[in-house]
This record gives sequence, C-alpha cells and structure tokens, in this order.
Amino acid sequence: MAKTKDSKVEERPKWDNKVQYMLTCIGFAVGLGNVWRFPYLCQIYGGGAFLIPYLIALVFEGLPLLYLELAIGQRLRKGSIGVWNSISPLLGGVGIASMLVSFLVGIFYNTILAWVLWYFFHSFQNPLPWSQCPLNDNQTDYNVECQRSSPVNYFWYRETLNITPNIETSGSLQWWLVICLASAWCVVYICLIKGIKSMGKAVYVTATFPYLVLTIFLIRGLTLPGAIDGLVYLFTPNWDILKNPRVWLDAATQIFFSLSVAFGGLIAFSSYNEERNNCERDALLVGIINSATSLYASISIFAILGFKATTAFNSCQQDNILTLTNHFEIPDKNITLETYDQWFEHLNSTYPKEIANLPLWHCDLQTYLGQSASGTGLAFILFTEAVIEMPGSQVWAVLFFIMLLSLGLSSMFGNIEGVLTPINDLKLLPKWIPNEVVTAIICLISFLTALIFTLGSGNYWVEVFNNYVGSVPLLIIAFFEFIGVIYVHGMKNFSEDIYFMTGSRPSIFWRQCWLWISPLLLLIVLVAYVIVQAQEYPVYPAWNADREPFPGTDTLNYPEWVFAIIILLCVVPVLPIPLVALYRLILRCTKKSSARTDLNPYSNDGFQIET
Amino acid sequence: MLFSSERISKDASDGYKVRLSIKTALGDQAYLWDEKEMFLFRSTMAYAMRGQLNQQFDVSNIIVCEETARVSFWFVVTSPLNTSNLVDKKSVEEAVRKHRNRINSAFLLTDETLEFEGIPRTLEAPFTPDTPPWLIVFGVVMGAVVAGIIVFIGFSVVQKKRKKNKKTPEDEDSEEEESRGKTMENGAANEGVYNMSFTDEERFTRI
Repeated sequence: MAKTKDSKVEERPKWDNKVQYMLTCIGFAVGLGNVWRFPYLCQIYGGGAFLIPYLIALVFEGLPLLYLELAIGQRLRKGSIGVWNSISPLLGGVGIASMLVSFLVGIFYNTILAWVLWYFFHSFQNPLPWSQCPLNDNQTDYNVECQRSSPVNYFWYRETLNITPNIETSGSLQWWLVICLASAWCVVYICLIKGIKSMGKAVYVTATFPYLVLTIFLIRGLTLPGAIDGLVYLFTPNWDILKNPRVWLDAATQIFFSLSVAFGGLIAFSSYNEERNNCERDALLVGIINSATSLYASISIFAILGFKATTAFNSCQQDNILTLTNHFEIPDKNITLETYDQWFEHLNSTYPKEIANLPLWHCDLQTYLGQSASGTGLAFILFTEAVIEMPGSQVWAVLFFIMLLSLGLSSMFGNIEGVLTPINDLKLLPKWIPNEVVTAIICLISFLTALIFTLGSGNYWVEVFNNYVGSVPLLIIAFFEFIGVIYVHGMKNFSEDIYFMTGSRPSIFWRQCWLWISPLLLLIVLVAYVIVQAQEYPVYPAWNADREPFPGTDTLNYPEWVFAIIILLCVVPVLPIPLVALYRLILRCTKKSSARTDLNPYSNDGFQIET
Repeated sequence: MLFSSERISKDASDGYKVRLSIKTALGDQAYLWDEKEMFLFRSTMAYAMRGQLNQQFDVSNIIVCEETARVSFWFVVTSPLNTSNLVDKKSVEEAVRKHRNRINSAFLLTDETLEFEGIPRTLEAPFTPDTPPWLIVFGVVMGAVVAGIIVFIGFSVVQKKRKKNKKTPEDEDSEEEESRGKTMENGAANEGVYNMSFTDEERFTRI
C-alpha cells in the first residue's frame, strides 16, 4: 500500500449511519418547492391528470439522473469538482458550474428562510399581527394601504418587505430583514459547523419534523369545514389539459428541480458513503419519497385552502344576508347560510326591483377555490390568512413556520455542501485553516452577498434569481453530467463501478435511460424551456400602493439592465464548462513535449515510463 | 306629548336608526326584545344625553318609533327644557360615541350588533407593547444559536490543543500506525481494472 507524501492523511469524513445519509438526501430533495410549488401546479394543470406527466418525468428523467449522481459520487468519493476532474480533466468545468449554481441558489434560498424566521418570530403574539390593520398616523382611521388591500397583504408587502414599486427603485436596507438574514445564516452555520458530523445530527430533526407537521395539518385540515371541497377541486382530473405541451414541460422541470440534482450536493453526500453501498436502492427511495411527500403536502395544503375558500364564501354570504335582513326588516338570524337560497328566491319573486337595487355580492365557491398561488404568495399570504380563521391561530402559525424552516434548512445543507466539499477536496485553502473557519467564511460571504435581498426591491431580485439561476443552468449541467458519465467515462466502466458497489450490474432499464432516453428528454426540456422563456419579454409582478385599482400587482417589464443581469445569471454559471475544457486542451497541446497528460483516466502516474 | 310616527319620519334629520342583532351576538343566550328592553334602551339613551349635555334628560325625552321585527327602530331626543324641540343630531351622536361602551354593555352587544346607522364604530387601536414581542423571540433564538456556536468552536479549539500536546511526545511511532490503518486515496479515478479475485464476501452494506 503506497504511502502518500503527506503523512498526516485525514480520513474522509463518514456518515455515522445509513439513516443519516438517507435523511440528508431526502431532506435535500424535499424542500419548499414540494409544499408550495407542486400543489399549485397540480391545481392549475388539471388536478389528478397532472400526476401522469409528473410520474412519467420521474421515472424516465428524475430517477436515472438521481441514481447516476449518487453512484458516481459514491464511487469516486469526491465532491462535484473532483468527480468531474477525475472522469476527464476537460469536464472539470461541470463541477465548477455546479458549485457556482449551488452558491447562487443558496444565497437567495436562505433569504426566503429569513422571511420565514421573521414570520415565525411574529407568531407568538395575540392577536397575530397580520390579522389587523394598524392605525394611520392621525389615529383617525386604519392605514389606507392596508384597508385597500388586506391586513395579510399589508403585513407581507409593507411591514415585512417594505417593497418598492418596481425593481429599479432599490430602497434601503431593511434592518429587520438584515438581522433575520443574519440569524438564518447563523442557524445554517451552527448546523454545518462540524461538517457532516453536525449536519448528520441536525437532519434527524429537520428532515423528519416536516412530516410530523404535515400530518398534524392534515388531521386538523380534514376536520375543518370545506376541506373536502378543496381536495375535490385539487384532484378532479381534467384530462384535456394533457394536450397542452406546457403541462409536460412544467412536469419535467418540476421533477428536475424538486429532486435537487445537478447542484453537486448529492454527489458530495454520497461521496461520504462507504464504497460498497446499494446506491440503486437509495436513489429509488429518495426519488419516490420526494414525490410522495409532494403529494402528501398537497393534500394537507389543499384541505386548509379549501377551508379558507369556504370561510371566504361564507362571509360573502353573510354580508348578503345582512343586507337583505336590514333592508327587509326580517328578524335577526331568520336567514341563515342554509336557508339563504330559499329566502333569496322568495324575496326575488316578491320584490324583484328592490333586490336588483341592493348591493348584493355574487358569491361563488369555485372562484374562491381558484384563488391559488405558489411560492411566497402561498405561504405568506394565503396560508397566513387561513391560519387566522383557525381556532388557536398562534399554534398553527408557529407549527407552519417551523415546518417551512426545517424544509428549507435541510435543502440549504445540500446547497452549502455543494460549495464546501469541492473547496475541501481541491484543497484550495491552506491546510492550517480549520474546516470551521472555512464554513464560517463561506457563510459570511453568502450573507454579505445576500444583503441585496434585504433592500426594498429585494423580493424582486429573489424572483429573478429563483426563475433564472435555478433553471436553465441546472438543465445544462445535468445534460453534461449524462454526457460525462455515460459517454466520456463510458457505460462499460460505469457498469463495472456499479457492480463493484452494489454487486449487480445496472438493469437494461437504467442502461437505456442513461444512454439515450434521459439525455434526449433533458435536451427536449432544455430547448423547449428556453424557447418558452424567449417568446415573451420577461415580466414581473410589482406591488404598487398607488395603483388603481388596488389591490393587485402591476405586471412590469424588466428594465434593460436587469435583463442583462438575467442573461448573465443564466450564462455565467455554465461558462466554466467550455472555458475549462478549452483551458485544459490548450495546456495539453502546449505540454505535449513533456509528460503526456492523457485524457485516459486509466493512466496511473505510478506506471509511467519516462523515455 | 306623543309625537306621531309621521312627525318622526319627517324629522328624520334629527333622528337615528338603531338596529340590534341580538341572536347574532348571543346565540342561545339571546334574550327576547320586549318593552322592558325598550325601556332600558330609552333610559340608557337618557343617561348618555345627561352625560353629554348636563341637562335633566328623562326616559320620556327619548321617543321611539317604527319598531320592526328585525329589532330596528328610529328614535329622537327631545330637549328637557322644551319638549317640542329636538336635540340636534350632532349632540346625540357625540353622546352615543362617548358612552358607546356603556350602552353596548347594557345590552351585552358590540358596536356591530348594536348599530346606530350613521355613527361609525369606534376603532380599536391595536395593542402595541413597548418592546415588540418579535424582538424577544429573536433574542432568545439568536442567543441560543450564538451560544451554541461559541461552545462548539471553543470545544474544538480545546480538543485540538489536547491533540497537539499528546502528539509531540509520541511523534514518529504513532504516525506510522495511523497512516497504515487509514484508507488511502491515491487520487486516480480508477485503480486500473478491478481484479475480482480479491473481493471479500461482504459486498452489500446493511442499514
């Protein structure tokens, strides 16, 4: 056994047990998107029918890629940069691209966690601050902006974000968001302080707690009135929608981003595994649990949203009842929600003219059910509004925000590991700097960069990053991952690797998927996605308090300089791929006279014959 | 002297319409609206007017008309000095606003369920404590996190110092032992062709 030059060889950190590894991978894959993106997609794309493209995408695109990443990380036992360098020096750029994307996604993702923390801190008050409007300066009336929109909207847009009317107006740093952001990064730091040792313990909580809360919400939600309406609305299949190619595209992209592949985090996690580990089973488990969690979460969420819609519908009806009662001097409570229709019929037939003149609302449950949102709109507006109506609001609010925090934290671990592991593997920093300091430096740099998101226009920037960093670059990286492993490393070698690790070669299904089905699907998705994005000039919803009519968001075009930044965000992370390939090629050409640096990964320096 | 209902309707500019929603407010505990309750209303209004104008208002000064099954009615207030004069609307409104709380509690109702048409409800100022509660929670969480960070870092510094002290006496011997026991990575992607004859039995890790 050859001794390395450095006699102080540090053993690669290992997971304490398999459970930690599985929980970490599941926690990384299961994130905020499972809770607030999948239910929304399910709802707008024909409910139960959406599951078909979703599951097809999972089987043919998601699982093969997941298996590939876990296998290659476990075999080569390096982070993303090391892995691709090992496969071929020309592919080193793929690892750097992964690292860049992980960093960029990490900084805006943790800002969302900062918002969650802010709401969490505010959930300990009675009454909840987003349930009432504050008074205006004169103390004569409620705040105008709040009255015109709603207390929930006001709390989110004004008291939390203090949002500016458009992305060009930057506003100033909001100190409360800065300290929430600092806390978010401190929490991430303390969980990662000892690398996977501390992270492995933290995931026991962060990966399992969301399931507990989702179950509690499910039980509570199902006992609330109107829950069944919400569920029926969610899952009623609309088969026609499958003819729309957009549905398939969104299903494919949802699976892709949901599984958190191409970040380099999964490669990093599996590199800390023992070499002989059944990564096929791991991949299947992670993929299936991720999708199952999405489904489970959507049931809980939509039960609650169904309750919210029913409450809104009932209060609309109550307004009408009050109008009728007052106008016709009918005794109080003679008209109830149940008897409203009969009374209305009776009154309409006897006094049609008067009824026509009354300001009666048209209350439609379907309209309320259709008011859906994804992302921050779901969590901070719709759900918080629902929570106010539930008895014991503080408890539900606290539970909900801790759940979001756990979901986000476990995904953050993957993002940060996608940055830390390559740095540690490449030994970019001198050895005497301990790992804790490296982690601290990364967290500090991320925190300082993320301060842009605490400006008045911060939310707009988060949207930019969310839509453009975490989409096209990942698709490109994943495509190159396939090419790299299957075509450069070779299908045969990869099969041997898997045989070494699991004791059986990959079945024909996996081989066919890796060879052509998945890369082809990925290419189609990538091209279609770019085409769809390029068809219209990118727009964004802006919250403008002076807008008429209010409430609602303006749809504004991104200004040119922001558009340039968007292009940069899509292109810069993937630039390393061609750049590094070019650089290495040039190096190889210039170094041809001296020791040959073969592209052949089999060349082991120990057997070089020097002539 | 009784005013006829026509008189009151014409003088509606000085009268107020009142609506009570007793069942909405009290549910099962709702009381029946009868002439005793009406008497209570009139005396409560007289009390409010006394407080406002400092004149000896009496129950007879509060005239009620157009009572309906809704439980709604009109009322006007006559001046105790001259019963043919009505007290102006503004004074009545101010009296009601000042004593709203007392009037509501007499009937176990709220601003919404005991409605004076035209008199807006008193706004409840949201209770703002001196220290925002969220800062308290923030302080607790951050304090715990920062304390944890300091503990961890302190712990690892202490551990490293101990390792250093232990290592300097037994330098060369232990290094040999350590490096032999550890798994080696020689940096190459592939150790050449994997030679199957040296595989051990255990190929699968068990959870």
